[in-house]
Amino acid sequence: MNNAVELLTSTSEWQDIAPLLSVRELNKFYAPGKGCGDINFDLYPGEVLGIVGESGSGKSTLLSCLSARLTPDSGQVLYNSEQFGEMDLYAGEESQRRVLMRSEWGIVHQHARDGLRMNVSAGANIGERLMAVGERHYGDIRAKAEEWLTAVEIDTGRIDDRPSQFSGGMQQRLQIARNLVTHPKLIFMDEPTGGLDVSVQAKLLDLLRNLVSRLGLSVIIVTHDLAVARLLAHRLIVMRRGAVVETGLTDQVLDDPQHPYTQLLVSSILQN
Amino acid sequence: MYVAVKGGEKAIDNAHALMRTQRRGDTAIAELSVDQIRQQLPLAVDRIMNEGSVYDPELAALALKQASGDAVEAIFLLRAYRTTLPRFGYSEPLDTEQMQIERRISGTFKDLPGGQILGSTYDYTHRLLDFSLLASGEAEVAPAEANALSEALAAGNSCPRVLELLNKEGLIEQSRETGDGDQIPRDLTREPVNYPAERAVRLQNLMRGDEGFLLSLSYASMRGYGDSHPFSGEMRTGRVSVELVPEELGFPIEIGEVLLTESEMVNQFHGSKDLPPQFTRGYGIAFGRAERKAMSVALVERALRAEELGEEVLYPTQDQEFVLSHTDCVSANGFVSHLKLPHYVDFQSELEMIRRLRKEQGQATQSKTTNEEANA
Amino acid sequence: MSAATAIGYNFAYLDEQSKRMIRRAILKGVAIPGYQVPFGGREMPLPHGWGTGGMQVTASVIGEADKLKVIDQGADDTTNAVSIRRFFAHTAGVETTELTAEATLIQTRHRIPERPLQADQILIYQVPIPEPLRFIEPRESETRKMHALSEYGAMQVKLYEDVARFGHIATSYDYPVMVNNRYMMDPSPIPKFDNPKMSMMPALQLFGAGFEKRIYAVPPFTQVESLDFDDHPFEVQSWEDACSICGSDHSFLDEVIIDDNGSKMFVCSDTDYCRERVTEGFVGEAPAQLETEQ
Repeated sequence: MNNAVELLTSTSEWQDIAPLLSVRELNKFYAPGKGCGDINFDLYPGEVLGIVGESGSGKSTLLSCLSARLTPDSGQVLYNSEQFGEMDLYAGEESQRRVLMRSEWGIVHQHARDGLRMNVSAGANIGERLMAVGERHYGDIRAKAEEWLTAVEIDTGRIDDRPSQFSGGMQQRLQIARNLVTHPKLIFMDEPTGGLDVSVQAKLLDLLRNLVSRLGLSVIIVTHDLAVARLLAHRLIVMRRGAVVETGLTDQVLDDPQHPYTQLLVSSILQN
Repeated sequence: MYVAVKGGEKAIDNAHALMRTQRRGDTAIAELSVDQIRQQLPLAVDRIMNEGSVYDPELAALALKQASGDAVEAIFLLRAYRTTLPRFGYSEPLDTEQMQIERRISGTFKDLPGGQILGSTYDYTHRLLDFSLLASGEAEVAPAEANALSEALAAGNSCPRVLELLNKEGLIEQSRETGDGDQIPRDLTREPVNYPAERAVRLQNLMRGDEGFLLSLSYASMRGYGDSHPFSGEMRTGRVSVELVPEELGFPIEIGEVLLTESEMVNQFHGSKDLPPQFTRGYGIAFGRAERKAMSVALVERALRAEELGEEVLYPTQDQEFVLSHTDCVSANGFVSHLKLPHYVDFQSELEMIRRLRKEQGQATQSKTTNEEANA
Repeated sequence: MSAATAIGYNFAYLDEQSKRMIRRAILKGVAIPGYQVPFGGREMPLPHGWGTGGMQVTASVIGEADKLKVIDQGADDTTNAVSIRRFFAHTAGVETTELTAEATLIQTRHRIPERPLQADQILIYQVPIPEPLRFIEPRESETRKMHALSEYGAMQVKLYEDVARFGHIATSYDYPVMVNNRYMMDPSPIPKFDNPKMSMMPALQLFGAGFEKRIYAVPPFTQVESLDFDDHPFEVQSWEDACSICGSDHSFLDEVIIDDNGSKMFVCSDTDYCRERVTEGFVGEAPAQLETEQ
């Protein structure tokens, strides 16, 4: 059952490092078969973990539980916080979870409108987290916003434009900048390339890969797109009907899938 | 001082005097008495009682008269009166199973113990204007046997609730809360609502809520914005006795009777991790003959239970802050109408600001043009 | 006076139990400056949004010895002020006044009197929407958490947008403040011109929102700061004109349109302040064609 844990403990390079996030026996169901259950895994610092599966497999529910946005029915999510030390997310105070969400964590939503304030400028979108942690100098906030626009390859001349005037790809990059401005350690991404054109996807993936390695981010990324998973993730969890069916290093899972469902997923992508 | 700035106490007095004249209308026409309103516009009176939260048909009729027939204004009058009334105590829970039924309809069973009782209804009438009412004012009355039958029914008739039949089989959730839920309900008119609000508070809020708003919300929930398309398990109207336990006696005594309409909806529920698939309930009750209100309450009430039943909350009809904060017609009307109050100061502030912004923009454009000219 | 009070109603309309409940909420509010205390708001015979919160607070603190002043838009003679003043004259039989200096209680909508208030006075604000974060986050359960955790970044976003678009903060009234460095508070829709008067005021300031069932308070001599940026500090509006009646160039001015061509004049919004200045001999430059009462 605990494939992921066994796999990791046997992988020597992780042995001396404490996990950043550990999930133990996590369950969340809306109705029988709708949700996710019996989830166990560890995420190590600097690691990019992909959660793959078709829609309805429970991967988004799982991501919500991991990122403190949805209380699970049972189980634990343990997080090693810079500010609060080792903590059991849902056993602790909600105030701590909220602090994490605007400091050590970032969340990149599939739909930019869920992660951006569409009615305020790009600059304000990036500046919000800074202001939330007490920054009160307009000039400084604006300078940092420009810096991050550059980092995500958006022309700084667009700083006063609203996200609604941006293309889909730009909106996603803005969402990423908005999250990264406070230097989080852990980023949750829900289908970040969903709904984008293939060429735009490629550019975004390239940017993400660079940022992740340059900043040493840990990432949990949910995607139904195995190509995205292959490009970004070090390790994969394959989900089906709310349960984990296979875990392993990305290449291993994609090149030599063990579970029939994973085999089906992989073959369907090859046929495309 | 400059005259236009004056509001004037005299102006207010005159406005109110004019309103009284307008309310009376043509004095050649006989004045409407409160008794006439109570007897001949009973459904309007019932609505005033429901949203006014007082069971007093006479005062509700008075309010309707005083408000020139404006339901919201009449409800407000009754509410403002209600708030000054002393509280003698709280009644025992009403036992609607013991209702003296005058009308009872189930949409789930063709026949059932106690039977279907049509009673008096506008349902199935063809909505054709009855010009005989215009001519003589005397309408056709029910034949003697219909009256006799309905009186006989009301006199002796009490019957088990339909949903209790399902309950015997365990197919529907229990109606009575157990454990923490089984508490004396909070009084909404004495304490502010805290969110999330418990079911008893939600029900109180809905019962005082605007009939039109609740009707539209329940319509929306049935059309898919809220996943509430239930069966009407039972709708019953009749008199129920009200009992109170006086402290000095220590046992309940009957202090009167109220006419009530009760609606119980049966909703599908696919089960959750803790609960097997079963039917769930939506409940509504209202003073008088108020079927539309009772059914609307039951539908919205069920939609609002989404969260506690572990259903996904996707629509405003399932969102208790959205629904409960906006049901009250007195509050809604007050807040909308307060725009008629003076806002001179705020508007002046905005005027000053917009002039300043336009001036700054004008200067900016001008200096830009000057620069461009200089550069050229 | 008390012979004239309304028959069948308690002193100042509300029953004593309700007043006691409201006083408890007020005390809690005073103890936690700027914190919105939920209270069991009663139905009042005036509509919600017309000052029922302020009236409930006034009804709970008023005594027979009080002198009540009621203003709306700074003026004693606006319709709503007249209506509320009459209500208390009728139900409490207390003495009313238009003089800021001699009032012990002042109920106000949208203004703070120009004349500095004293330690023996109470200023009661009518509040329509007590939640400064309401238009950023409509949910009560969420805004309460934001206050509890001092999560006020989102409010700063609005100010950022103003500066980015206009070069300065463009909120002109209902301008949010921080009370005692802890709670963000809605000062009610007063012009930001009045914001500085709130800070370190010797008088007790009470705020009542009837519709939303919230009471909050700023105790005497409490710091009240208007939100701003370090490099774009808060500033109040000013006028190029002076009051046509009393010549004041430092009070909040209302604009009055005086003919069909849109010609205008400016007069003090605080009618008592203007009257006082006139008695002291100040004169404005009233437009020549203007008919005046005094």
